[in-house]
This record gives sequence, C-alpha cells and structure tokens, in this order.
Amino acid sequence: MLAKRIIPCLDVDKGRVVKGVKFFQHRDAGDVGECARRYEQQGADELVFYDITASHEGRDLLIDVLRDAAENVFMPLTVGGGVRTLDDIRAMLNAGADKVSVNTAAVKDRNLIREAALRFGSQCIVLAIDANRVQKDGGEFWEVTINGGRTPTGIEVLGWAEQGARDGAGEIVLNVMNADGTREGFDIEMTRAVSEAVGIPVVASGGAGCPEHMAEVVLEGKADAALAASIFHFGTYTIQETKQLMADRGIPVRQ
Amino acid sequence: MIAIIDYGMGNLRSVQKAFEKVGADARIVTGPEMIAAADKVVLPGVGAFRDAIEHLRRQGFVEPIGEAIAAGKPFLGICLGLQLLFDVSYEDGEYRGLGVIPGEVVRFDFRQIPAAQGFKIPHMGWNAVEWDRPCPLMRGLDSGEYFYFVHSYYVVPRDPAASFGLCDYGVRFTAMAWRDNLYATQFHPEKSQRAGLTILQNFTEL
Repeated sequence: MLAKRIIPCLDVDKGRVVKGVKFFQHRDAGDVGECARRYEQQGADELVFYDITASHEGRDLLIDVLRDAAENVFMPLTVGGGVRTLDDIRAMLNAGADKVSVNTAAVKDRNLIREAALRFGSQCIVLAIDANRVQKDGGEFWEVTINGGRTPTGIEVLGWAEQGARDGAGEIVLNVMNADGTREGFDIEMTRAVSEAVGIPVVASGGAGCPEHMAEVVLEGKADAALAASIFHFGTYTIQETKQLMADRGIPVRQ
Repeated sequence: MIAIIDYGMGNLRSVQKAFEKVGADARIVTGPEMIAAADKVVLPGVGAFRDAIEHLRRQGFVEPIGEAIAAGKPFLGICLGLQLLFDVSYEDGEYRGLGVIPGEVVRFDFRQIPAAQGFKIPHMGWNAVEWDRPCPLMRGLDSGEYFYFVHSYYVVPRDPAASFGLCDYGVRFTAMAWRDNLYATQFHPEKSQRAGLTILQNFTEL
C-alpha cells in the first residue's frame, strides 16, 4: 500500500531556515544542512526547500544549500521559489533537486509547465498553488495568488489545478494562504476539492498545528501527502510521533 | 569500478553520491568503451522511454550493455533503467527496448479496477516491496520494506520467474526483476534512505 507522505518544508532565506506566519513575518529556525539531516534521521518521506528571498543572490545560495543537502540526505528533494525559466529548472535539477516547483512563473508564462514537463519529465515538475479564499460578487471565490501571496490573479483554483495536470505537472502542492502559519489546521474542503479534481498527487500545505491535522487532511481532505514547517522546526512534534498518530488512525505510513 | 551509464537522461549525481556514501568507487561514464573496463554496471534514468532508448542507441551503449550482462557482470537497472531492459514499451506509442528480459512496459490503468478508483498517476511515494526468496541484493532487509517510487508505467515480464519483488498499487506489479547477475528496480534505491543504501552496498559487495 502506498504510504501517505509527511514532508517537512524548509523555507530558506539567505541560506538559513526561517518560518513565517501568513507568509510575512519570519523568524530564524536554524541551519539548512542540520535541519535536513535531522529530518532524514526522523524518517521524513521527502524534503521541500522553498527559497523565500528569490533574489539572484538568494538563488545562488539556495543552489549551494541544495547541493550540500543532496550530498548528505538520501530522499526526494523538491525545490521552489523564484523559479522562472527552463534554465532555472535545469540549474535546480543539476544541483540535486528531484522535483522543482513552479508557482508565479506558471501564471506569467502559460507554456512553462507544459514545456518543462516535456523537457524534463512530468515526474519532476510540481505546480505550487498559493490559494486564497476571498469574497467576490457576494460569494466566496477560491483565488490563485502569486508573488508569495501578495498579488491576486483572478484565476480560480480548481480550474488552475486541472490545467496544470493537463499540461503535465506530476504533482500539485496546494498552499492555502488563509491557513498558512496559523497552526489551526489545513483547509480540508479546498484540499479535497483539488484532490478529487485531478488525477495526480496533491500535497496539502498551510495550517498544520499538530499531528491530528495531518491525519485529518489525509483522511478527510484526500491529500496524498501533508507538508508542514513550524511544528517540526521548533521541535513541537517529531515526524515519528506524527506518523504514529496517523498509523493509529489507520493511515498507511512508512515507519 | 562501478560504471554509471550517462546517456543524457537526467542528473546521475544522486546515484553516484549514494554509491559513494557506501564506500563504492562509482564513476559516471559517457562512452561505451568504459563499460568493458568496469566490474559492475548501473543503468539509471528518468524521463521518456523513447528518448532514452534513442540516446542509448545513438551513443553506442546497446551492445556493450548486452555484453556486460552476458559476461556475468553484476548489472543494476534503476527505474527507467529497469523498463529499458524489456522488449517493448507502450509509453506514448510503441518502442522497442533492449530485449534483455522478455516482456513489456505498460501504463497504470485503473478504469476497470473498482478498488483502485481515485488512485493517482504517477505512483509517487513510498510503497512496500515483498519478496519470497533470499537474494544477495536484499541482504539485511526484510520483505515488506518501503522504497521510493515515481513512475506511471510498470514492467510485465513474460516469465513470472523474472519478477522478484512485488508491489501493490491497484495492481500487483514487478517492483524488482532479478535473473542471475541482472538486477533491476522500479524504485529508486538512491532515494530510499537506509533501505536503499543497503541495496547499493549489497550490490557493491557482489
């Protein structure tokens, strides 16, 4: 039975792991290499490195960080943040990434996902969606945002996810902004809607506060994997205890 | 020396560094003449079957691979490197493979399988592999061990005896083939943490 994955996300700023609340205020959470090794020992199923600076210097530092991590940990590594072009994707893959996630650039260049999937294979192209619940025309609208959540796009989340899957993305990471960093739980309803809309794996992101939330987003949100940052970085919970709770709920996990 | 065949399908550094981690002398080789000089051969690869087989042919790797296997050198195919060993793949068309193992490569298709409704493709993540006889590559591991997979197609050997490790994902498919000195995994040992490194260490010690 395919195990549901637990994925720690390392938000990286100038070579350090940081963690913010609702995307904007960040605090230092440690050395990237140390974090990566700790998570490998704890049995994380994958790691995500997310470059929140996305400046040119930041990108070079991220590539160094990635190369260093890839020498020391032996599990799938995904990298994202500031990826704009096919050349950016190639640079990340060459530095040791197994998957590259694309977010803002996929909105700005509607051919990027398709071209990247053709060039490098679907298995390494991840469409990351920063979603926001907003009020529009008197009703609720699930809107794709870009630039780290700062810019609304007017694009609807489910249609965007379906388009990404059609274009050849191998996986979707759905990060719901309203929940991100709150530790109040994932957006179950939106995660489930996206997961049922596409035939590719969906990784839930944003809002994990405890292992119970991870179990919930898999069982009720139909997520194939759950991503979390702060609850692991600050040692609030370990990967093992998260997986133990999930196993107790009857979820297949790798222990 | 372990030769890791570089035929332009993906970054092979992760395979090499995993071998280095277990103390092996593993080199990425770009020319077919270097296969003959190697004690052991690894055929990795991610990407499309059609491009991969074309690159192997164009770079002159097809015969040296066949010779290495026939000469009894330990040979390890990984992921696409497993699929390429088969007769034919139906990935986006119909393409002839190396024909080392009789059988075909087909896509996961869950439409007729009620128990697999909602199963995602690619099969991505950690899944348990089961086997029922001792194998030098699995020394130190127990049947049921988890390995990391990412693939949309799987191999169907004509002779069931060529299947060694089995995995469940809607269907029970061949996660590892084994025949004499020829080993090939659908999963990625280089991405499977301790269990994967154990396999690479066992291969190094063959």
